[in-house]
Amino acid sequence: MPSATELAAAVRAGTTTAAELVERHLAAIDAREGEIHAFNHVLTEAARERAARIDEQAARGDDPGPLAGITVALKDNMCTRGVPTTCSSRILEGWRPPYDATVVRTLHAAGAVVVGKTNLDEFAMGSSTENSAFGPTRNPHDTSRVPGGSSGGSAAAVAAGFAHFGLGSDTGGSIRQPAALCGVVGVKPTYGYVSRYGLIAFASSLDQIGPFTTSVHDAALVLDVIGGHDPLDSTSIPREHPRLVDSVGQGVEGLRIGRITDLPAGADPDVEARLEAAFDALTAQGATVVDVQVPAFTFGLTAYYLIAPAEASSNLARYDGVRYGLRVDAPDTNSMYSATREAGFGEEVKRRIMLGTYALSAGYYDAYYGKALKVRRLIHDDFERAYAHADVLLTPTSPSVAFPFGAKGDNPLAMYLCDTYTIPTNLAGHAGMTVPFGTGAEGLPVGVQVLAGTLREPTMFRVAAALERAMEGGGR
Amino acid sequence: MSDRLSAADVTKVARLARLDLGADELERMTAQLAGMLEHFADVDALDLSAVEPMTQPFPLVNVMRPDVVQPGLDRDEVLAMAPAAEDGRFRVPPIVGLEG
Repeated sequence: MPSATELAAAVRAGTTTAAELVERHLAAIDAREGEIHAFNHVLTEAARERAARIDEQAARGDDPGPLAGITVALKDNMCTRGVPTTCSSRILEGWRPPYDATVVRTLHAAGAVVVGKTNLDEFAMGSSTENSAFGPTRNPHDTSRVPGGSSGGSAAAVAAGFAHFGLGSDTGGSIRQPAALCGVVGVKPTYGYVSRYGLIAFASSLDQIGPFTTSVHDAALVLDVIGGHDPLDSTSIPREHPRLVDSVGQGVEGLRIGRITDLPAGADPDVEARLEAAFDALTAQGATVVDVQVPAFTFGLTAYYLIAPAEASSNLARYDGVRYGLRVDAPDTNSMYSATREAGFGEEVKRRIMLGTYALSAGYYDAYYGKALKVRRLIHDDFERAYAHADVLLTPTSPSVAFPFGAKGDNPLAMYLCDTYTIPTNLAGHAGMTVPFGTGAEGLPVGVQVLAGTLREPTMFRVAAALERAMEGGGR
Repeated sequence: MSDRLSAADVTKVARLARLDLGADELERMTAQLAGMLEHFADVDALDLSAVEPMTQPFPLVNVMRPDVVQPGLDRDEVLAMAPAAEDGRFRVPPIVGLEG
């Protein structure tokens, strides 16, 4: 399959049309969306209109942009003006935002075509997309299994060929884990790399937007378009990012690949075997493997499950039935708020709001939230020390391949363990990505995670591309 | 610190969070939250006295811009999405005079 880079070049050169690319994906959606349920909304007519405009531009001799005619599946927690944006929650059902997220405006300006808004765990809280108020998404590799989450819809859409690329958000692994389970590339850039204006907030000190693609080069291309400073997001980093497409071909000769010797146990043997194969593949291409320790890695899950719910309980206070979304009528405002929130939020969202409210409440703040913030510092500092010895770190992305629906039962902690290897990077604010690296149990995809320090995306992409080359060369 | 939560604690938190939890929901939530907080015991063993809390990946600096009028959201478009609006404003139930 030609890459997004090649197809955009063909649209710009007039050797293919945006309309043709869009119709191909709409046909793929038509054929298999009933089975997969990747989307909350498919934007058939809007996509056709935009494709026609891009083709007119190309015909006039104007440049439609670096993503001309390239289709995107957008996670349904990014605002699209006049188009429903639900976060897969009843509380926002029917809401049509009065503005576009910055990433949406940037993608439109680059010639990309949004084909739909994708399903997610409600408010991005979950690791399987089973928490959606509108029903789960199915894994295209095996529809009896979950696609991962929370950005399961975007991951499944790319894996099923519904769009050239997807956008997701990653607070504790919500891009990388579903990408691994669906066999695609997924990137969580450094905190502040991509503007979050118009991304509906879950945990503001952790959330970051990133792409799902079928190749490392396509991921670099998309990030080169959406990365950069935005005055509308005060946490976006005010500097120019180097072009990542230039890093992809640079090789890994001389790079130091870190193996975390005190990584929490718990990955399945098939996943461990692929990680070992990844170390071998990089060594064969001239990199050196070095042992490092990140002792606080093991506390990541505990710190995250206080910090993220605390921030979420505050961010989700805005859903009160006043300005948008659901309202359950009641005689006074306080009972209207409570009735609306009780009816509008699903179980996992309520659980996290409760946990976060408790951790922030008087008398418990220092014991829980305050302590979690100190653990966060330990994790950050331990990573920084490791990056003094290694250019990148390699870990499993997910402890297992895609699991069957209902496998995690009613125990919230069992589901949280899915993010053991992804969460610490969000707490540190560093970069991380997953690359498909062969298959494990049941022939299902396994991802290998490449982690790098703040704004070390160029090195991270060199390593990811080397892993991809090893797979293309049959490097099992 | 791993003292279990009482149903009364959870009721109080639900009120703070503006959630009308039902009786069975309250019971389930009490057990689940207690289980999650017990998980925190492994952090209690750490000596964190000399550690600075980390609230953000990067130090936040105040962001200023010139005091120039910028385009805002269209009022009618915003209010069209509100559950209830009247005279160019959001409409809500009474706030004063009904609280018990």
